[in-house]
Amino acid sequence: MNDFIAARSQMALSLGFHIIFSCIGMVMPFFMAVSHYLYLKTNDVSYKNITKAWSKGVAIFFAVGAVSGTVLSFELGLLWPKFMEHAGPIFGMPFSLEGTAFFIEAIALGFFLYGWDRFNKWFHWFTGVVVGVSGLLSGILVVAANAWMNTPAGFDYVDGKYINIDPIAAMFNDAWFSQALHMSIAAFAATGFAVAGVHAFMILRKQNISFHTRSFKIAAIFGTIAAVLQPLSGDISAKFVGKSQPAKLAAMEAHFHTEKSASLIIGGIPDVKNQKVDYAIKIPGALSFMAKGDFNAEVTGLDQIPKENQPPIAITHYSFQIMVALGIIMMGIAFSYFIALIKKKSWLQKKWLLKLFVFATPLGFIAVEAGWIVTEVGRQPWIINGIMRTKDAVTPMPGIQYSFYLFSAVYISLSIIVIFMLYRQIKMVSQLYDNPENS
Amino acid sequence: MLYVVMIFLWTAILLYLLLGGADFGAGIIELFTSDPNKSKIRKTMYRAIGPVWEANHMWLIITIVILFVGFPSIYTTMSVYIHIPLVLMLLGIIARGTAFTFRHYDAVKDEMQQVYNKIFVYSSFITPFFLGIIAGSTVARRIDTEATNFLDAYIFSWFHWFSIAVGLFTVAICGFLAAVFIIGQIEDRQERERFVRKAKTFNIAAVFCGGLVFMASLYEKIPLLDWVFGNPVGITTFGLATISVIFLWRLWDTDKTNLMRLLAGFQITMILLITTWKHYPNIILLKNGNSLSLLEEQGNAKTIDALGWALLLGSLFILPALICLIYSFQKPKEKVKRQFEN
Ligand code: HDD
Ligand code: HEM
Ligand code: HEM
Repeated sequence: MNDFIAARSQMALSLGFHIIFSCIGMVMPFFMAVSHYLYLKTNDVSYKNITKAWSKGVAIFFAVGAVSGTVLSFELGLLWPKFMEHAGPIFGMPFSLEGTAFFIEAIALGFFLYGWDRFNKWFHWFTGVVVGVSGLLSGILVVAANAWMNTPAGFDYVDGKYINIDPIAAMFNDAWFSQALHMSIAAFAATGFAVAGVHAFMILRKQNISFHTRSFKIAAIFGTIAAVLQPLSGDISAKFVGKSQPAKLAAMEAHFHTEKSASLIIGGIPDVKNQKVDYAIKIPGALSFMAKGDFNAEVTGLDQIPKENQPPIAITHYSFQIMVALGIIMMGIAFSYFIALIKKKSWLQKKWLLKLFVFATPLGFIAVEAGWIVTEVGRQPWIINGIMRTKDAVTPMPGIQYSFYLFSAVYISLSIIVIFMLYRQIKMVSQLYDNPENS
Repeated sequence: MLYVVMIFLWTAILLYLLLGGADFGAGIIELFTSDPNKSKIRKTMYRAIGPVWEANHMWLIITIVILFVGFPSIYTTMSVYIHIPLVLMLLGIIARGTAFTFRHYDAVKDEMQQVYNKIFVYSSFITPFFLGIIAGSTVARRIDTEATNFLDAYIFSWFHWFSIAVGLFTVAICGFLAAVFIIGQIEDRQERERFVRKAKTFNIAAVFCGGLVFMASLYEKIPLLDWVFGNPVGITTFGLATISVIFLWRLWDTDKTNLMRLLAGFQITMILLITTWKHYPNIILLKNGNSLSLLEEQGNAKTIDALGWALLLGSLFILPALICLIYSFQKPKEKVKRQFEN
């Protein structure tokens, strides 16, 4: 493994790891705020137990999210010093605001986790809401930095120099809106489905049914609403990518030849050598519609992009297919759940519905990872789209592969421990929270 | 605005040293405590640092963000040439933060607790040790941007007696800060005496390691003596720090715990002041005699303005909330509750 590949792998690993914890850290506080609210309104202790049980799980995720995020803010420089030297002052604005958001989040979290029975109950509830809002805000801000890498703004690039820097314009770059919207909804969809899936599993095993039914409902409602919105916002993203990053769109779709009324390719194996996709389903005109909103529009193909500026096609294409397929499945489950809630109450008792949710537990997070691979790999070979190549940004220090192995080992062990602790957390529910004498 | 940003940078480093330091120190004390008392000490310390530990570590993030937004070449020079201790420190941060949370939130308390404890105490030692190494190497004139071989460029830039001594010194300071901080949290007399003893031990250790730092600086030809004693500011701060140590030692048996904390914090502030004052505005001294200066390496004037405003605005939100957090968890449960209900 050469140093460049090692650095890219380490970055991808660290971000892919962090994103899971940050999604949960962003979204769970909202779930807790709802159950906490229901407890304060109804005085039903089971909602208090749900809030407490969740908050223990969340504390674990928060800690892992915080340390992996700290690592990331160093890794940007450790792995990509040339990039940070130029990019830091330009896209630093969202990071400096994010610092404030994180700080408020950490403070509010201290109040919330350690504040039971200490403060006025509504003040305590409010600190929980602050955790959620500031977490969401920090997610939106950090995506601004990533969006800037896709659609650089706020500076002029003249003779290899970055001049007329305007950090505010850089923050409000073109891609920010579509990416931040899609990311925020994704966090709700992924976390909602994951949490609902775990509780559905416990209901199916007939354990602490009332506790798990209530928790399931809160998570499922958040998750399903987000899952319905997600393809809509994905469509906005796709149109935007078509406009601003034609190479990425072409790679996502394995669209080799520029043509009018381009067909949407579903599945298939891209054959880069012969410039075609085997075994794919083709929907004529649909790609033109997806990218441009017009069935006859022309869509740039990879043939218009110089070889050295093309992103890896197969990875981008597969990842995009996976994300979209999962998005459609999740939307389908969401619709069945809505029908059950509104029209066919009897479905709510049916095993197949719960089983669907159990099946969907990991889907949202797989889609999140796939989506980020589309975004990041699809931007290659650029680290700053059109301006700086990733290979020119990498650290001169040799031996990065050892650092990659080291971090892989650390992240794998951490994942194992977190899963193990979550398993224990859930196993203990019956003793800790579902016991009337204990509440 | 540049000066506002620099003040924030310095303050963030100081607060990380004080608050994060006390936090690391809790683990260091545990490391140097004989077994029978461990679980009791652990409980006391958890009560003291549990609610604030995440907030304490935000100062590190603020420091890093200020560096890469405002002074990118300083950030990247550090990232390239002191890569290895930075990675080791990061591993320490990962291990410590997670072990601390895991041991508290694991729903089943069994042998795993021993594993978490071990990881927690060792990483509490390792993290500030490498933090000290990093601090030491920025001023040791060993970072060689023209080096052509691996050892000179990436190892000897930080691996020398001076930075190792600074690392040990940092560890001792952390233990000292934690002990002084925790004394104020304890009501039980016996328990309190135990921590007073610890505070004394760590204070002596800090003075001893400080001596090591001076010796190492002579050996490595780093003009530390000149930075401290070669100018009136250095002499004054050194004098004030010494006087505050003497004061502190007269307070051990009283219940003026807040004054004790103040004095301990004051000492650390003075130490940071001495070590940064003389070579200000240079914060990285290179082997070839050049330096990276805060005044010259600023990334971009407009960015510095925006950063300064963001920091000012941010602190408007953060400081009151933070003070409120620390204050509310200082007091016993009942008191606070009453206050908020009224
Ligand atoms: C729950 C997760 C999830 C689901 C179900 C979907 N996505 Fe997605 N997608 C993401 C999670 C995600 C993401 C991980 O959040 C990304 C990565 C970067 C970003 O902004 O969002 C993303 C990126 C992303 C991009 C690239 C944006 C860019 O590079 O700027 C496009 C074009 C789409 N998505 C389109 C879709 C479509 C058409 C979907 C239809 C079902 C869809 N996504 C479902
Ligand atoms: C958390 C969600 C994210 C995930 C899962 C993710 C994923 C990835 C992946 C897979 C790569 C490797 C691409 C390749 O080498 O082919 C990568 C690279 C990179 N990402 Fe992201 N990314 C995320 C968010 C971000 C954000 C918010 C930023 C910026 C602030 C960022 C900055 C970078 C940088 C600097 C690289 C290395 C250079 C490059 O390969 O272009 N990423 N990321
Ligand atoms: C799209 C990608 C990202 C999203 C949505 C995201 C979101 C979040 C959120 C919501 C948190 C707080 C919740 C928690 O602590 O679990 C968090 C923590 C953190 N993130 Fe990320 N992040 C992303 C990528 C990054 C990147 C690229 C960096 C650094 C360069 C970063 C740095 C941090 C830091 C330092 C923390 C810890 C703050 C604390 O102590 O609370 N994140 N992230």
